[in-house]
Amino acid sequence: MAQAVPANTKWWSGGKSPFNLEYGKLMMWYFLMSDAFTFGAFLIAYGTVRMSSNGWPDPNHVFQSAPFLGNGLPLVFVSLMTFILIVSSVTMVLAVHEGHLMNRKGVVKWLIWTIIGGLAFLGCQAWEWTHLWHEGAWWGKIPVYEGSHFLNANGSVPSTNFSNFFFTITGFHGFHVFSGVIINIIMLIMTLNGAFDRKGHYLMIEKAGLYWHFVDLVWVFVFLCFYLL
Amino acid sequence: MENQHSDSPEVTFQAHHGDTKAVVKKILRTTLLLSVITIIELGLGYAIFFLHKDPNHSTGLVLAIKGVIVILSLAKAFYIVSIFMHLGDEIRNMIMTIVVPLLLFVWFIGAFMWDGNSYKNLRNNYDPHHKQQIEEKPTNKKPVEEHHEDAQKPGAIH
Repeated sequence: MAQAVPANTKWWSGGKSPFNLEYGKLMMWYFLMSDAFTFGAFLIAYGTVRMSSNGWPDPNHVFQSAPFLGNGLPLVFVSLMTFILIVSSVTMVLAVHEGHLMNRKGVVKWLIWTIIGGLAFLGCQAWEWTHLWHEGAWWGKIPVYEGSHFLNANGSVPSTNFSNFFFTITGFHGFHVFSGVIINIIMLIMTLNGAFDRKGHYLMIEKAGLYWHFVDLVWVFVFLCFYLL
Repeated sequence: MENQHSDSPEVTFQAHHGDTKAVVKKILRTTLLLSVITIIELGLGYAIFFLHKDPNHSTGLVLAIKGVIVILSLAKAFYIVSIFMHLGDEIRNMIMTIVVPLLLFVWFIGAFMWDGNSYKNLRNNYDPHHKQQIEEKPTNKKPVEEHHEDAQKPGAIH
């Protein structure tokens, strides 16, 4: 027999949260898990198509240019991008830490560094896309001529699958970086306005931080699948 | 150092053991670790680059190096999630609700790689054109006006 519930019973306000987590933070975790499946599906589609191909371009020949340094430098520019993202992840974790200490100035300082890191990464990606576009690679396009460094490892004609997957997946990741920067800018404005001091906690910075770290996490796998393997 | 949360009183959260110096030290140690792993990955990437220069390079060795790179990337992912995202500090049951569903990836990756490989073998057996394509070399020279839209030859679509 179901018990009668007195009026105004708040089912979710009593006792202790089993996960000891604030609702928004828990939901951010579940969102990130679903986003991990989205990225995973993209990368696995890429892997399946690559496995089913007889030939594939060699990343060390495709990605071999860096601004101001010229050509013939595999991995140089992309490692710079990787370090930028790792460092911006560190500055974000320091912002979250200052939030735990309720130190508004510290949060502002580290958030600004995180935003700068995100913008630097986006700038690098814009340079790389522009460079590849000038070389003749785009969705549905891959440069084919004698001596093109987009040729398959054995020198045969490559498929446009390579450029399609590259631009789609790095583009989807870049869009996540872009929205992360926007979120961080909003967090910065809210911090400067004292919104979190009034609330009495900086949990919102933690949630933005989770999203930002996830962007770094995805890059680990994008970097692995497109540049290293 | 347990604070009551003003909005959600059921949630307690501590300023991570209260010792600021220890927390910052842990963050910096993790940063160093991630950087070192990335540098090792780059070194292995260059090892593959130089191995590829030798036409008779050992495919098994390249595959083994790639396996090591994958393991190092998983280690990086573990440190980012566990330390930077503080998942390691959460309650065990909560960690499991995140990690257990992600185990689907084990099947997901295995099944799809197998499928791709099988598709390749089937096509090489039954589609002579597909097998010939790997011998198809480009015959045209590099277009002179590289930046001009018309000069960019679209790639062969297979």
